[in-house]
Amino acid sequence: MKDMMDSIEQTVIDILARQAVLDPSDIATGDRLDALGIDSLGMVETIFAIEETFDISVPFNANEQNGGGLDLTTVASLIEAVHALTGETVA
Amino acid sequence: MRRVVITGAGTINSLGQDYASTLAALAAGTVAIGPLDIPDVDRLSVRIGAQVRGFVPEDHFDKAQLGLLDRFAQFALVAGREAMGQAGLVVTEALAPRFGVIVGNSGGGMRTQDDAFRAVYAEGKNRVHPFTVPRLMSNAPSAHLTMEFGLRGPSFTVSSACASSNHAMGEAAAMIRAGRADVMLTGGTEAMLTFGGIKAWEGLRVMSSTGCRPFCATRDGMVQGEGAAIYVFEERDHALARGATILAEVAGFAMTSDAGDIVMPDPRGAAAAMRGALADAGLAPEDVGYINAHGTGTAANDRVEAAAINEVFGAATAGVAVSSTKSLHGHLIGGAGAVELLSCLSALAGVIPPTGGITDPDPDCDLDIVAGAARRSETQVVLSNAFAFGGMNAVIVLTAPDRI
Repeated sequence: MKDMMDSIEQTVIDILARQAVLDPSDIATGDRLDALGIDSLGMVETIFAIEETFDISVPFNANEQNGGGLDLTTVASLIEAVHALTGETVA
Repeated sequence: MRRVVITGAGTINSLGQDYASTLAALAAGTVAIGPLDIPDVDRLSVRIGAQVRGFVPEDHFDKAQLGLLDRFAQFALVAGREAMGQAGLVVTEALAPRFGVIVGNSGGGMRTQDDAFRAVYAEGKNRVHPFTVPRLMSNAPSAHLTMEFGLRGPSFTVSSACASSNHAMGEAAAMIRAGRADVMLTGGTEAMLTFGGIKAWEGLRVMSSTGCRPFCATRDGMVQGEGAAIYVFEERDHALARGATILAEVAGFAMTSDAGDIVMPDPRGAAAAMRGALADAGLAPEDVGYINAHGTGTAANDRVEAAAINEVFGAATAGVAVSSTKSLHGHLIGGAGAVELLSCLSALAGVIPPTGGITDPDPDCDLDIVAGAARRSETQVVLSNAFAFGGMNAVIVLTAPDRI
């Protein structure tokens, strides 16, 4: 289970790194996504990549501050959201 | 300078299938947004829209025509016939080369594309309908209008996403002003409520699944509509000489580009377009009584548009009524400005259509929003805003006919 947790974390960071054109090692879980240079369009692409990679649906609306109650502002909160959504998928 | 007036108007949209019923529904604040009734809707996350319901193409076209007409061209023809009927123009041999068509559209024949792609990709078929190309091409509505009425002047289709109609109507007016034509059929049409059309929009995460509430604090995005509105734009002396009924004067228009972001609007580009349109009309902000806002109901547009209006109108902002009728008939994308010009004609005739769905006005949008119910007005000058993806802005100023 620990490996799977790490795998989700690493995959999300890889997706963010590709989006932000950074090396994965430059991304810390405490970073804010906007501080990584991911703007609103970048966020839409990031969510798309996450949905395709994990086969989940993220209830994200660019018009709302939060995505259906999910906090998507930091790397850590995004990873947490993916955990929650994949957990639901498995269940 | 040659002046341009509107002598005919026709429409088909989710509120009504002609001019009179649409104006009545606008005045009543009717919300035509509801559950989408299209194939594969269960695979969409956005399942609401403002559809044209109860439209029977066979009531308007024979079988040979229908083979060549996508829904977006059908809408344009139905609206064009009404506009021509209202204008009462006889297209003589002398007038035909001086009479053109410029229609705004964004998506082309989306239903035709959807059907063809479904056939070859999903159903594994190896051929599509032989008229797929002439049906889906973006200039088809303009072409069919020229053929329907024998109009041999300049004709083409303008595509600038959500500003297509305003760009088209601005160009049509410019054509008449410049002396290249005496009469133009113009406006816009869109029929994008297809599985593929909605699916593409879903991707941007800007669509609402609850309703369109422009300038409301709880707004959560846009809702698509479909339909067309077509107008007869006519050189003023030409119209006066034949004793035509004049609905309004196209007093000014302006077009600007943000040159910034492909989707995020910039208040400077929007403000420059409004300022330019007023300057073109030789009018001041104090003269304006109503603005039909672009008002999409997205977080980004409404705040930017409110800021731009405040910048242009300054102290006069408080005296300008604003509404977004996208809350009623949805966002018609390439047909938006054309259908929204109906609200401007309504305002000049004394009734400002309301914005629907507002529960808590957004304090960040400091405007006199007409909400809930229509408002009586004696305004003589109205603006119609269109601010498109691509940072393309087009604003039209109409004035009351008795102001002439």
